[in-house]
Amino acid sequence: MSVEAPGFSLRATPIGTLYRGGEGMWTWVLHRITGVSLFFFLFVHVLDTALVRVSPAAYDEIIATYKTPIVNLLEVGLVGAVLFHAFNGIRIILIDFWAKGPRYQRQMTWGIAAVWLLIMIPGFYFMTIHTIDALFGSTS
Amino acid sequence: MSTAVFAPRSDSRNKQRSNFELYGWMFMRVSGIILVFLVLGHLFIMNILDGGVQRINFAFVAGRWASPFWQIWDLSMLWLALLHGGNGMRTIINDYAERDQTRFWLKMLLYVSTTFIIALGTLVIFTFDASIG
Repeated sequence: MSVEAPGFSLRATPIGTLYRGGEGMWTWVLHRITGVSLFFFLFVHVLDTALVRVSPAAYDEIIATYKTPIVNLLEVGLVGAVLFHAFNGIRIILIDFWAKGPRYQRQMTWGIAAVWLLIMIPGFYFMTIHTIDALFGSTS
Repeated sequence: MSTAVFAPRSDSRNKQRSNFELYGWMFMRVSGIILVFLVLGHLFIMNILDGGVQRINFAFVAGRWASPFWQIWDLSMLWLALLHGGNGMRTIINDYAERDQTRFWLKMLLYVSTTFIIALGTLVIFTFDASIG
């Protein structure tokens, strides 16, 4: 952090605010966008699962769409959105309840980014390996 | 020291003051922590473990819901996720819908559809029949 004269600041983020500018604002925006997206997916997901009460064939047919390449890629996005929302939710809780939370909120944001990547890289591999194999793999 | 001066803003404070928003705020944090485990566990099992989504079909669901453990897992996840998400949507509607009428009807739509989805999901878990069809 740079040295600042009292009364004004050269930083992009005003001191003493959490949600105006910088990491605090953009995580807030992302939290809302991922939250709304997940809520709408949840509606669809309960409806498609409800087909187990109709017939095994109806359920298997709808689940088959989840196995297609494009929807498979959307599932990676879903997992990515859930992971961000979950980690950032923990960050919000730490800001609210941990005495040093507000001071370390910026570091926690970059911690989220690191852990997110650490999970998403192998996650992407395991989630899409079948699709990649089916599309580009050598037929044996 | 007796005085007739009322506490500042006492009128507005005493008028229909409830702790609903406080409980809602607390619920988001408590349900959020539980959902981290329930949802990440669900996603790991369904999308990554042992072939991921490619192995899911009716028989797979039947095998899981034969166990009360996964029934309770899924039921808790259904209720907590929809109440957590529903309260989040309520906050967002309150923030962005400026006209009273718009806000009211959007929230009605939210409450009706969320109730329907929770009821449907609960019914499906409780009435699941592996020998159907």
